Amino acid sequence: MAISSIWVVAEPANGSFTTTSLELLTQARTFGATITAITWGGQAASLAAIAGEYGATTLFDAGDLGGALAGAPVAGAIASLVASQGAPDLILIPTSYDGRDIAGRLSAKLDRTVLTNVTGVADNGGIVTEHPIFGGTQIAKAQFTGAAPALVVVRAKSFVAESAGGAPAAVQSASTGDLGATNSAKITGTHVEEQEGPKLEEAAVVVSGGRGLGEASAYSLVADAAKLLNGAAGASRAIVDAGWVPYSFQVGQTGKTVKPTVYIACGISGATQHMVGMKGSKNIVAINKDPEAPIFQIADLGIVGDVHKVLPALIEKLKSR
Amino acid sequence: MNVVVCVKQIPDPAAPQSLDSGSYNLNRSGKLILDEADTYGVEMALQLTEKAGGGEVTVVSMGSAADLTGIRNALAMGAASAVVVSDDSLRGSDALGTAKVLAAAIGRTQYDLVLCATESSDGYTGTLPVQLAEILGLPSVTFAKSVSVEGGQLSVQRQTEAGFDDVVCPLPAVVSVTAGVVEPRYASFKGIMAAKSKPVDQPTAADLGVAAGAANAGQKIVAVEAAEARQAGEKHVDDGDGADKIVAFLESIKVL
Repeated sequence: MAISSIWVVAEPANGSFTTTSLELLTQARTFGATITAITWGGQAASLAAIAGEYGATTLFDAGDLGGALAGAPVAGAIASLVASQGAPDLILIPTSYDGRDIAGRLSAKLDRTVLTNVTGVADNGGIVTEHPIFGGTQIAKAQFTGAAPALVVVRAKSFVAESAGGAPAAVQSASTGDLGATNSAKITGTHVEEQEGPKLEEAAVVVSGGRGLGEASAYSLVADAAKLLNGAAGASRAIVDAGWVPYSFQVGQTGKTVKPTVYIACGISGATQHMVGMKGSKNIVAINKDPEAPIFQIADLGIVGDVHKVLPALIEKLKSR
Repeated sequence: MNVVVCVKQIPDPAAPQSLDSGSYNLNRSGKLILDEADTYGVEMALQLTEKAGGGEVTVVSMGSAADLTGIRNALAMGAASAVVVSDDSLRGSDALGTAKVLAAAIGRTQYDLVLCATESSDGYTGTLPVQLAEILGLPSVTFAKSVSVEGGQLSVQRQTEAGFDDVVCPLPAVVSVTAGVVEPRYASFKGIMAAKSKPVDQPTAADLGVAAGAANAGQKIVAVEAAEARQAGEKHVDDGDGADKIVAFLESIKVL
């Protein structure tokens, strides 16, 4: 079965689409299929050029959603489009908070399975998806056996976003349909907790801290080292859950995926959840007291030692350069 | 206020994990424990019912009932009763199939709120809470890092890529909570003793009138391959020279 029609959920962000959305549009082009993007947030008209540049011929607009969480109304719009236009072979959805909500709602609305944590999509006599398991040490390949559309939720940085220079997409509005009670969760306030300096997902150097730091105040060592290296500071889930740093710092399965030139893991043992988010780094340096910590299995340079000694020494050396 | 908490018993994540060779299902033959990610939902439910001055917490689960240690743990923490849908026909269900089963089980209870973890620690599909909400016809708020209820309305702080959003939502609703949202209590001795006699209803798929299982999953694992392995590099025991080693390494890759 050749893939002839692909829809991409294109999540709006800061006057464009999220990077993951652009990665999905880029990957969609490799199938030689007709590409349709679906967006929301009230800015569709100004996004048509970007959607077209990345290969979409049509951009469906679900509207500004009136402050509602995106999951129910955007899934409603896509389900209505499936009913009116027929199902595409494949719907690609970015792994993000709203992306997962949209995928889950859509799965139940269309009565289709949903394939998540996907890092590869191929047409191999049907749709075959790749899913890293056991901390990314193994890749499970799943064949989609159901009826179209295949709902595929793809992790960030699985593909590289590249413009193809296409003409602007034609914008069409999409009705969300009758959503009833499902659409009653509303956003009343937005809080930004981003750090100064380069963005975690884009920094060439990431210095991350984990439970091995011992206490919240020791995280300043991680932040200082990151700053001196013109990098971004990251964190394991353990210390985010413990409330030491905001969630936006989290690297891993439920956090951000990073692929910097170098990733410096400080007091991070290397739980599955964490490794999935940073394994793709070009170089990995790990500092950990436990010589058996799993992080050392993937580190190019492992320092078995106390972060409270190694990090201050590193900071001094960086300052004196 | 009555709260349902969806929980899952999983193989101990600290033990080595493997897939069954034929089915590619996760090997669950060993001891099962309550997914740590679910203890936050149980604790949140107990706190909300205590604050509301009444109501019960019911835990709902799908999976083998051969070992109920994890379910008893939730009951020992203070949940009043449990529903465990255990049926061989459900083996290999995908997240949607599981959501259908849980929705049918939850539909037989009286509830104002359904709590879930954001994802299980063994399957981590992360879509079940929302699939459940859609099937039940309810609103949902995922990735809650703070939850309160006032006058029949939920106020939630929901994680976002950049920070968090304040979200309000009427009840009934489905909420997925992150780890760390509350500090789960340890079961007291009294709680552990009381849990032994708390009711654990064990309906079959037929009792609930739902079908799921591998045949309904719409996906099939066709291969499991070793990922491109990263080679472990140099491992150096710090002797006061760890920082020098790091600087030299950063120079060698031209970061410095």
